[in-house]
Amino acid sequence: MAREASAEEGRAKTLLEIRGLRATAGGKEILKGIDLTVRAGEVHAIMGPNGSGKSTLAHVLAGREAFQVTGGQVIYEGRDLLAMPPEERAREGIFLAFQYPVEIPGVSNMYLLKAALNAVRKHRGLPELDAIDFLALVKEKMKLVEMDDALLNRSVNEGFSGGEKKRNEIFQMAVLGPRLAILDETDSGLDIDALKTVAKGVNSLRGPERAMIVITHYQRLLNYIVPGTVHVLHNGRIVRTGGKELALELEAKGYAGVEESVRGSRQAAPPR
Amino acid sequence: MTSARTIRELTDKDYKYGFVTDIESDTIPPGLNEEIVRLISAKKGEPEFMLKWRLKAYRHWLTMKEPTWANVHYPAIDYQKISYYAAPRSKADGPRSLEEVDPELLKTYEKLGIPLQEQKALAGVAVDAVFDSVSVATTFKEKLRELGIIFCAFSEAVREHPDLVEKYLGSVVPYNDNFFATLNSAVFSDGSFAYIPKGVRCPMELSTYFRINAADTGQFERTLIVADEGAYVSYLEGCTAPKRDNNQLHAAVVELVALGNARIKYSTVQNWYPGDRQGRGGIYNFVTKRGKCLGADSKISWTQVETGSAITWKYPSCILQGDNSVGEFYSVALTNNFQQADTGTKMIHIGKNTRSTIISKGISAGHGQNTYRGMVKIMKGATGARNYSQCDSLLMSDTCGAHTFPYVEVKNSSSRLEHEASTSKIGEDQLFYCRQRGLSTEDAVNLIVNGFCKEVFRELPMEFAVEAQKLLGVSLEGSVG
Repeated sequence: MAREASAEEGRAKTLLEIRGLRATAGGKEILKGIDLTVRAGEVHAIMGPNGSGKSTLAHVLAGREAFQVTGGQVIYEGRDLLAMPPEERAREGIFLAFQYPVEIPGVSNMYLLKAALNAVRKHRGLPELDAIDFLALVKEKMKLVEMDDALLNRSVNEGFSGGEKKRNEIFQMAVLGPRLAILDETDSGLDIDALKTVAKGVNSLRGPERAMIVITHYQRLLNYIVPGTVHVLHNGRIVRTGGKELALELEAKGYAGVEESVRGSRQAAPPR
Repeated sequence: MTSARTIRELTDKDYKYGFVTDIESDTIPPGLNEEIVRLISAKKGEPEFMLKWRLKAYRHWLTMKEPTWANVHYPAIDYQKISYYAAPRSKADGPRSLEEVDPELLKTYEKLGIPLQEQKALAGVAVDAVFDSVSVATTFKEKLRELGIIFCAFSEAVREHPDLVEKYLGSVVPYNDNFFATLNSAVFSDGSFAYIPKGVRCPMELSTYFRINAADTGQFERTLIVADEGAYVSYLEGCTAPKRDNNQLHAAVVELVALGNARIKYSTVQNWYPGDRQGRGGIYNFVTKRGKCLGADSKISWTQVETGSAITWKYPSCILQGDNSVGEFYSVALTNNFQQADTGTKMIHIGKNTRSTIISKGISAGHGQNTYRGMVKIMKGATGARNYSQCDSLLMSDTCGAHTFPYVEVKNSSSRLEHEASTSKIGEDQLFYCRQRGLSTEDAVNLIVNGFCKEVFRELPMEFAVEAQKLLGVSLEGSVG
């Protein structure tokens, strides 16, 4: 099944290559050797029970300093990702949609986004957008996630509902136009209507040049954002990789069931 | 951790305005006695009432003790080692126009980015610049005079408008008010005076740039602003000081008087030299600022951005005497390295239906100590008085401190008071969020801090708000830990 998925994705350019990635937080090892290759145009889902290391992986890729990388390497577009500070990763096209978007009182949503977009554009040698062009871009992208105009001038995420926060993340992603988007439990806290809207926004951003890593606890999201590949993360390692039907198997058997089969298959497998 | 380091590096940048202008100063020898007070008065050619007032203050000062209640610490000041008067010697009589101003002075202002020549054209700001203790240049005076507005150096007002000065001087901050104000009353050298006549709306922001230059010279300014019935004035005060090793005492007094239906808006950006990273040097800023809403329906608004000085001791206050009068205090105080600030306000409600608003934002970084001290006092006759106070503190390191001392005294049961307070540490999560969107740590810190201060900044006149935001950025360079 795994082979089938990667064959289908063919010869597209490799965007991200993770090899033997290990990371700790507060002295505790959370990632225990992750291997993952993501090519342009692909959508990978990473599923796993609570505490398996899903969010840690997302944050390590984005460069959060609270986690220490203790081993392995990450190559992004041919460069050593782990050597870059978070802002450089962002400017190089890595976007993390946060599970818990942060509130910044007194800073308008628009202001942050304009500063961010212009930082990214400057890095890429593009001229800064003026207020008029920026507003036009913003209006266009807001439609993708059906976001309320009023949220633009409110302080970043302050007083936003759970759904509004998640929409705002996808809206920011639409404006910044990343090459690799990491969606960290974007479905958590969303009702079914909001989930559909957010998924629609995400799907509209799929394209041959862009890759996505969708992190989720539940299969539900994957009904709307259909991945090419599904990975199961358990105890800091990817223990299964398969096509989108793996998510359904998880749904039916639960993580415990899949872990059983992993353990079983490991024992049976011949040594490499 | 990287962001902590970046913030520290940022905060460690040198004080941009640390330079000394080489000008001969007409400085009287250090020390303080009755003769010195008489000498200051004589040098300024003051009328008799002024000398009497100074002497009364001086004699009272001798009986007073330096206050120790503030949450600040500094070595004892030897008041006999301070020189109480310095004037640029080249033009002892005071120049009549910019052409008469010492070119060295003009160069100093240019280094500060406030060339007077350009300012004349810029945004219609009239500048009464205090360099050391004597006002050296006053612009737009003629235009203001047409409207009957008086805006001049304090010493000039004493000579030209003694009746107004005698009537209002000490009417808000009496000569015996407190140790530093009393000292100022005895030895003040110069400052600004503004009078806006009945029903006149001052068409431009009045502005004074203060600057301390001569070494070991205390600076004692006196500012008096009177808005007559129905008048309006917006006054800007901004300061920067050159780098010094010795601590310099700055004990200014500002008095505002608003008659019936008058409005005074007083905005300050204070950037005196804060001392070096180890806490050496820096200005002691012990200031008494107070406004009196004397008439009904009058309003006084204080807005301050305090980023400088080694020690700030300052409580711009409002006496709400007229019925329906309004007092406002908007403050951003930032302490970095070893700076200490004990600042806040007093709102004294005397008249009926008087209202006051207090918004205080304290930012502490490095080893900075930031204290908000505020008092809301509702007197017996202040029926229907209302106050809203909000005090927020933002901590940028593990070694800084924020303290809040709100005092409330209510003698009228029909009043309504609200107080809100919060303390937060600049969030690693906020910084990471901004950086993940592509902002540098420096820009992220500026963004978050400016957001924190937004409620105050929006009270500042436009050009001042821009300056204040920049200043906050410079002052915070290097400060999250």
